[in-house]
Amino acid sequence: MALSLKKHEMPEQDPSVRAHNFDEVALGYDEETAVAEAERCLHCKVPLCRKGCPVAIDIPAFIERIKNRDFDGAIDKIKESNGLPAICGRVCPQETQCEANCIVGKRGEPVAIGRLERFAADRAMAKGGKPAKIGPAKDAKRVAVIGSGPAGLSCAGDLAKKGYKVTIFEALHKAGGVLSYGIPEFRLPKDKVVQKEIDAIKDLGVDIELDSVAGRLFTVDELMEEEGFDAVFIGTGAGLPRFQNIPGENLNGVYSANEFLTRCNLMKAYDFPNHATPIKVGKKVAVVGGGNVAMDAARTALRLGAEEVSIVYRRSEAELPARAEEVGHAKEEGIRFQLLTNPVEVIGDENGWVKELRCIRMELGEPDASGRRRPVPIQGSEFTEPMDTVIIAIGTGPNPIIAHTTPGLETTKRGNIAADEETGRTSKEGVFAGGDIVTGAATVILAMGAGRKAAAAIDAYLKNK
Amino acid sequence: MFKILSKEELSPNVYAYQIDAPRVARKAQPGQFIILRTNEEGERIPLTIADFDREKGTILIVFQVIGATTMKLAAMQVGDSLADFVGPLGRPSVIQKLDGAMVVVGGGIGVAPTYPIARAMKEAGNKVIAIMGAKTKDILIMEDQMKQVTDEILVTTDDGSRGIKGFVTYAVQALVDRGEKIGQITAIGPVIMMKSVADATRESGIPTVVSLNPIMVDGTGMCGGCRVTVGGETKFACVDGPEFDGHAVDFKGLMSRQRMYRDLEAEEKDHVCRIGLGR
Repeated sequence: MALSLKKHEMPEQDPSVRAHNFDEVALGYDEETAVAEAERCLHCKVPLCRKGCPVAIDIPAFIERIKNRDFDGAIDKIKESNGLPAICGRVCPQETQCEANCIVGKRGEPVAIGRLERFAADRAMAKGGKPAKIGPAKDAKRVAVIGSGPAGLSCAGDLAKKGYKVTIFEALHKAGGVLSYGIPEFRLPKDKVVQKEIDAIKDLGVDIELDSVAGRLFTVDELMEEEGFDAVFIGTGAGLPRFQNIPGENLNGVYSANEFLTRCNLMKAYDFPNHATPIKVGKKVAVVGGGNVAMDAARTALRLGAEEVSIVYRRSEAELPARAEEVGHAKEEGIRFQLLTNPVEVIGDENGWVKELRCIRMELGEPDASGRRRPVPIQGSEFTEPMDTVIIAIGTGPNPIIAHTTPGLETTKRGNIAADEETGRTSKEGVFAGGDIVTGAATVILAMGAGRKAAAAIDAYLKNK
Repeated sequence: MFKILSKEELSPNVYAYQIDAPRVARKAQPGQFIILRTNEEGERIPLTIADFDREKGTILIVFQVIGATTMKLAAMQVGDSLADFVGPLGRPSVIQKLDGAMVVVGGGIGVAPTYPIARAMKEAGNKVIAIMGAKTKDILIMEDQMKQVTDEILVTTDDGSRGIKGFVTYAVQALVDRGEKIGQITAIGPVIMMKSVADATRESGIPTVVSLNPIMVDGTGMCGGCRVTVGGETKFACVDGPEFDGHAVDFKGLMSRQRMYRDLEAEEKDHVCRIGLGR
């Protein structure tokens, strides 16, 4: 039988409908489609897809099980390596990881590994039924995990499976980190997916303490010296939003993407006043930046009722760092792309509110340190557009609280925590770190990979201690 | 859960609550703040810590009913619990022996957070003078407590019903005029008051610290909503502050940002009234 060169399509909400609701955009495969897609896998002897996965899921094995309709077996196989499969199936950049290595993809489209992962995870969730709650042994060594985002959750899950007693400390009132405050409901449903996967981690015996700001409520040293933890993992995430440092950025109506998304996702400002947190979106919105966070902010603004939303990005389409699927979805929903364009000033009205955005056109020059062609302003090409809201999504810098309050914990020049890439080991004994606080803003799956590696290193460290 | 252990109405629409929060109390220091949510659908609001008792494990908060959230908070009773109570946040006040007197200036409910600062500065061996401002004498708060931790209290009222008639800056000027050597002023209250105090001391160069309470969401440095221009640089009040050099703060920008949600707040307050939470 000749194999289809194309992936099986995943049904989606119609763009014109979904642009006005917060329900999930992509609807997932049914069993028949999943089995048919699984049949496209060639089961290569040396599965390159697996090498592309930061948490090394045994991809051919789980796809084989889907093909044989052993759906329970498929999710068990995934969960050996990945504690958050329903999340990863939705938000991983598969096109640059597992699917980029897929041999089928050399001639046509790669096997839809992400969609199959999502299918297996969603089916298991829908089926319900929990594994018996396992708890650590009475004399188990204790590990503190700071931050309940992807890095912390995967580190905690792996350690709990190895028999350690793990407590996660979360600063916010809800667990999940960026999965809860950052990625929107329409891309990653909170109650249906995120909370369930967190509950599954808790079922492994992990405790989560909310409202606990590490570095303020307790220091890392106090965790180890007074509270009896044998090791600490720091996975505090991306931290402080960056701004462009152009005039007018502190005007009313200028948001960091972090604030805009947090108000909407974590605080549910879209349901104001039933939820008490307000948000302002206006009619014309500019989102500065080209990553996944920028796409999320733009599509959120649209759903909050904005009439025209533009992505303003200083490089060209080829350099957009966002997942291809997010860019595609944004375009379908009518987001306008102002590429090779960079803001130079936010202009305010007499009351201190955003009135206009002044930008300059850019062209690509010589490659810079990142290997990408450097955007260079075109002299005299400035133009001004009326604007109600400007959202800055150009990345984040490290949060300083833990570094400031932990003597002996070395940071990099940029203020990130210095940690070994393979083990997460820091300059301080018994303290490990991973995820965005080490690497700077990256992806959910890379943070999970770092959490897993650190869990293995913590296990080795505590066994030898 | 964070139980309300006591509730006192200090003046009309101004309340003091003792909150059961032992872990926060263990680490709280003068100058820091907390963030609370009244209920699961609630907004996160920052309040400066008015006092802490490490042994009892309590934090004192003082607030005025101004918006929907403070209205909901005021409707809660002893025995009720807050959904969330996070802290201590922000950098503590610098407590040191000064060359000259420590002057704390509190306007309205801003008197409350000056109390732990005054106490700590007194314990550090300083002469402490408190200037307490209010619209009228009946709404002056925490006078008895302040007396115990200061060497002198100057009261100002807008209507002249107590002490000096006029603004707190008049009392600052009175201290300067009598030749009082001032080592530092810490002013906490409405933004316009803090600006006036900073303006009044700019020329003489008396170190003037102000404690800012801008709009914020998480309080840990993530949202950037609390950004304020200080000395030409953007700072985050939650991680860089809340205390800043009053002579370097862009008060105009700060006042404008405080108004960001005023219309929506009115709508929300109306909503809370209609569902019967207010009084």
